[in-house]
Amino acid sequence: MDFFDILTSAAFWAAAIRIASPLIFATLGELICERAGVLNLGIEGIMVAGAFAGWIAVYMGLPLWGGVAVAFLTGMGFGLLHGTLSVPFGLSQHVVGIGLTLLATSLTFYTYRVVLPEVSSPPKIEAFQPFEIPLLSDIPLLGPALFSQTPLTYAAFIMAALVAFVLYRTPLGLAVRAAGESPSAVAAQGLSVTAIRMGAVIVGSGFMAVGGAFLTLSAFDSFFFDMVNGRGWICIALVVFGAWKPGKAVLGAILFAAFDALQIRLQQTTIGAVVPYQLFLMMPYLLSILALVLMSRRAEVPAALMVPFNKGER
Amino acid sequence: MSQKAQAQTVLRLSNITKRFGALTANDDVSFDLKRGEVIALLGENGAGKTTLMNIIFGQYTADTGAVEVFGQELPPGNPHAALDAGVGMVHQHFTLAGNLTVWENIVLGSQRLRSLRLDSKAAKAKIAGLAKRFHLVVDPEAKVGRLTVGERQRVEILKALYREARILILDEPTAVLTPQESDALFATLREAVGQGLSVVFISHKLHEVMAIADRTLVLRHGKLVAERAIGDTSREELAALMVGGKVSPPKIDAMPAGPALMRLTGVSTKGEGRAPGLQTVNLTLHAGQITGLAGVSGNGQKALSDLISGLVQPSAGGFEIAGAEVADWSPRRALSRGIGRIPEDRHHTGTIADFDLTENAVLETYAKDFARHGWMNWADAKARAESLIATYDVRCPGPDTRIRLLSGGNMQKLILGRVLETAPRIILANQPVRGLDIGAVNYVHGRLAEAREKGAAVLLISEDLDEIMTLSDVIHVISEGRLSPGFVRGTMRAEDLGQWMAGAGFAEAAHAS
Amino acid sequence: MRLEPIPDPSLARKLLPPALAILGSFLVASLLALIAGGNPLAVFGAIVKGAVGSKFALLETLNRATPLIFTGLAVAVAFRAKLWNIGAEAQLYAGAVVTAVLGTGLLPWPPALLLPVLALVAMLAGALLLLGPALLKTRLGVDEVVTTLLLNYIFLLFVSYLLEGPLKDPMGMGWPKSARLLAEARLPRIVDGLRLHWGFALALISAVALWVINTRTTLGFEMRAVGQNAEAARFAGMPVTRIMLKTALLSGGLAALAGFSEVSGLKGSLTLDLSPGYGYTGIVVAMLALLHPLGVVAAALFVAAIFVGADAMSRALGVPSYIADIMLASALLMMVLAILLTKFRVVRD
Repeated sequence: MDFFDILTSAAFWAAAIRIASPLIFATLGELICERAGVLNLGIEGIMVAGAFAGWIAVYMGLPLWGGVAVAFLTGMGFGLLHGTLSVPFGLSQHVVGIGLTLLATSLTFYTYRVVLPEVSSPPKIEAFQPFEIPLLSDIPLLGPALFSQTPLTYAAFIMAALVAFVLYRTPLGLAVRAAGESPSAVAAQGLSVTAIRMGAVIVGSGFMAVGGAFLTLSAFDSFFFDMVNGRGWICIALVVFGAWKPGKAVLGAILFAAFDALQIRLQQTTIGAVVPYQLFLMMPYLLSILALVLMSRRAEVPAALMVPFNKGER
Repeated sequence: MSQKAQAQTVLRLSNITKRFGALTANDDVSFDLKRGEVIALLGENGAGKTTLMNIIFGQYTADTGAVEVFGQELPPGNPHAALDAGVGMVHQHFTLAGNLTVWENIVLGSQRLRSLRLDSKAAKAKIAGLAKRFHLVVDPEAKVGRLTVGERQRVEILKALYREARILILDEPTAVLTPQESDALFATLREAVGQGLSVVFISHKLHEVMAIADRTLVLRHGKLVAERAIGDTSREELAALMVGGKVSPPKIDAMPAGPALMRLTGVSTKGEGRAPGLQTVNLTLHAGQITGLAGVSGNGQKALSDLISGLVQPSAGGFEIAGAEVADWSPRRALSRGIGRIPEDRHHTGTIADFDLTENAVLETYAKDFARHGWMNWADAKARAESLIATYDVRCPGPDTRIRLLSGGNMQKLILGRVLETAPRIILANQPVRGLDIGAVNYVHGRLAEAREKGAAVLLISEDLDEIMTLSDVIHVISEGRLSPGFVRGTMRAEDLGQWMAGAGFAEAAHAS
Repeated sequence: MRLEPIPDPSLARKLLPPALAILGSFLVASLLALIAGGNPLAVFGAIVKGAVGSKFALLETLNRATPLIFTGLAVAVAFRAKLWNIGAEAQLYAGAVVTAVLGTGLLPWPPALLLPVLALVAMLAGALLLLGPALLKTRLGVDEVVTTLLLNYIFLLFVSYLLEGPLKDPMGMGWPKSARLLAEARLPRIVDGLRLHWGFALALISAVALWVINTRTTLGFEMRAVGQNAEAARFAGMPVTRIMLKTALLSGGLAALAGFSEVSGLKGSLTLDLSPGYGYTGIVVAMLALLHPLGVVAAALFVAAIFVGADAMSRALGVPSYIADIMLASALLMMVLAILLTKFRVVRD
């Protein structure tokens, strides 16, 4: 199977879209936080917690969408913690984020061991199944690639459109963008910077958790300790790559996922026989660094990103 | 006048007191504002003007006292309520988001956040109407980050008018404007007042107060110390009331210019973002002279200051210090060539807030004078700090105090001491008295005059034209990175300098040369 | 609400919030122990006994603290200069790889020569690994948090490749593991018969050395100045970029010493599970120590005791040992808040 065959196969693009879905959720979440001025490095831990919370909820008997909701709420809970420390108290967003990732990860693993003390391999659930959208899924190439995905993938794209709409077409979105650019402008217009930023961090963290839950509820059907495996950090790079714009971030996620799908396929080709598999596994991380370097000079960073707002500053 | 006395009271402050820790920013302040009236709130830096206005606007909560707008008491600490009641505020430091458009900045916060649609069409129509009515021309689709300072101020005023403000608070609105732009602002204000708006105008510039206000209130150390109708007072009286006594700025006696210590010939630098760089600037600093740099902020003062400080390299032109060409320029080189630098922002550039006075005192000289083979000599450093504290009258608990706990004046005295102690040949003083009270202002000016007499070349950068005209032997005006020829003391009136500040004259000067 | 600086904080104001933070983390752990069906007092009793209840336990704690002191120092020196090095994990492995490559026969030297060379080359490797992100930060403004984090994953995959390829032990029965170090490349025990190696002493010396650098040298002054206010440091004539890079070299080197010490002192060979996240735990250690080098030693001992004790507790009582990780993560978050509250008070507007 040569390179060209891979790139023109529907299965390849279907895989790319599938791999992109959790990244889209989490990247949107991070983008919301950063647009309001808060860097959320809790993303990795929140994805782990979301993956577990959604899965265990379904394992306990909730419907799949119930699991998604539980994941979202779990993420919001961690977002509330991050927001409280980083917004009104203005603590270092670097330290709070890393601390939150450590906390969320260890809480998840602890809970797993408490809830399932005796299992040697994690139980499986009935995960989301692909849903073929009538008519659209019959389009050659595009149909199987785009319109034979699981409902949660469709939700990812709907959410991207929704986030873009809210950010650019509603008074709330304007307030969020202004909070990340000039919090004093927001305060001078009688709005609460604290409330806006807290809200953004809480909702954004919910999105991150759903991104994690995609892994257990749609991509796979079970929970493993290292399943998030740095995807959170990659999403932070994707936000930069997407220049803090939802549309570009989604494109970036798909591009990134396509490379990931490609390396998986290349491992099975003649190239894979010579090149150590570790090099393929490194690709996503190397690509993320490359993306950061490429965008470093171009991107328009929200001016007040990582700048706490203390209105009493004298 | 009598007609206004009977007019409706739109704003009433009763017994406002506000403390920050040990500092009493406002002490039992009460006053009324009538419909169609312009009140000037006058006072030195730190007299409590801005705090008082922030209380009216709901950004601070008063410890005691009440604010009434149109007879209704405002809930404390709620800017939203103040805006809804018709209070609009134009802050001294603009509160605008640079990457949003003009209309987005104006509309921000005016529509319910739960609303599903940002109504841009109606908003733009309303803005256009207001702009026409009050002669506030600005493109609603432009990104605010690309606007000039004057345009930004128009956006700030439009923001207030868009929210139907009937009381407008302007905090030092002319600080960043040319005299001509200030006149335009006053015209707009008169127009608005004619239509029933009431204005509180905060300033420390007496001629402006005399020009625009009906009545003036003088605030000193947080207390309301005087109230005068403009017709019944004079600039001299207001000046005395403001500082609580007579003021005598240092006398600058004429003395012959010494040799040229620094010479810029056709120097250009790269700008930073929106801030312009220098454009083929010619400037010579002579020993025993104070050279004043006048201009509206953001016109290249930072570029010139950064160049002389060593932060920026010239991209073209000749740069000589004491006759020797400058190469491989850096802050450390600048220091070693005998340039003393008083930076514009003493809190963020001049000092490190959480370092103590000792550490701040040796920040520039530690490597040369207080270390051997990489080892610090803290005993000597502390002795230096103690001597600076004594010599320059820095009021503080001791050299181990974190500098963030000092007042602006004492912080500036330490920086001044740090600079003067190295006996610099050239002194860059960028806004050396901004935000200081009159005692500290006179102290700093006196020390600069003393350094001049000892033969230093002083470059004084200020946005305060009065300060420039009082102290300088030679005045240059900077506008969009271009430098005017030097005008010798006494040859130019403020209005003429204002023309240059607005950018007139440069084309002719370029032709002539 | 608004934060107002306290001009002259009292001793109680300086000590109480951090004490409450530690107490708070114990409360969190107690709650979790209850949820898991354990009695909090029994759980803490078992943790203390497991950490310091016997000579064996105590030595285990000291051994566990050794790499944490190194990574804690690495993080402390970097964070103080506001260089957010989250890559101590990778730098640790860089030191470990160098030790495994050079210590398995490549350099047939006596210990007195070989050990210092191993330590120095290991430091160099860790330093160079952090130099990349530091250069990206100073040259291009790329956030070093993300690059150092991503490098952790990349470098671990690289180690995995080495252990399955060039460094694979032919005697290893197929396990991904390096050959054993020569006896000359092993750090000896401090006291014969006691399972504690010279790596621990090296860690203590490093802490003291860093303390001296911080307080007595121009480099220490410069690193603190750059961390507090890089703009003011630059204006005052400090070579900010070079100071940043020096800090990176120092930080990466210290983290790499953890890898050297673990391979040469404790394990004797390189495996993929050499570090159970010592690089990340170093962040907790450094923050609990308020970034003070001597505090790092105390914090590392505390953290190591919790980990060692929790392992023993988990075996005895069945409460998952992850309770230790939760306790420390919550202690970290509460500590940063506590430090803020030692300097500021919350007031209404």
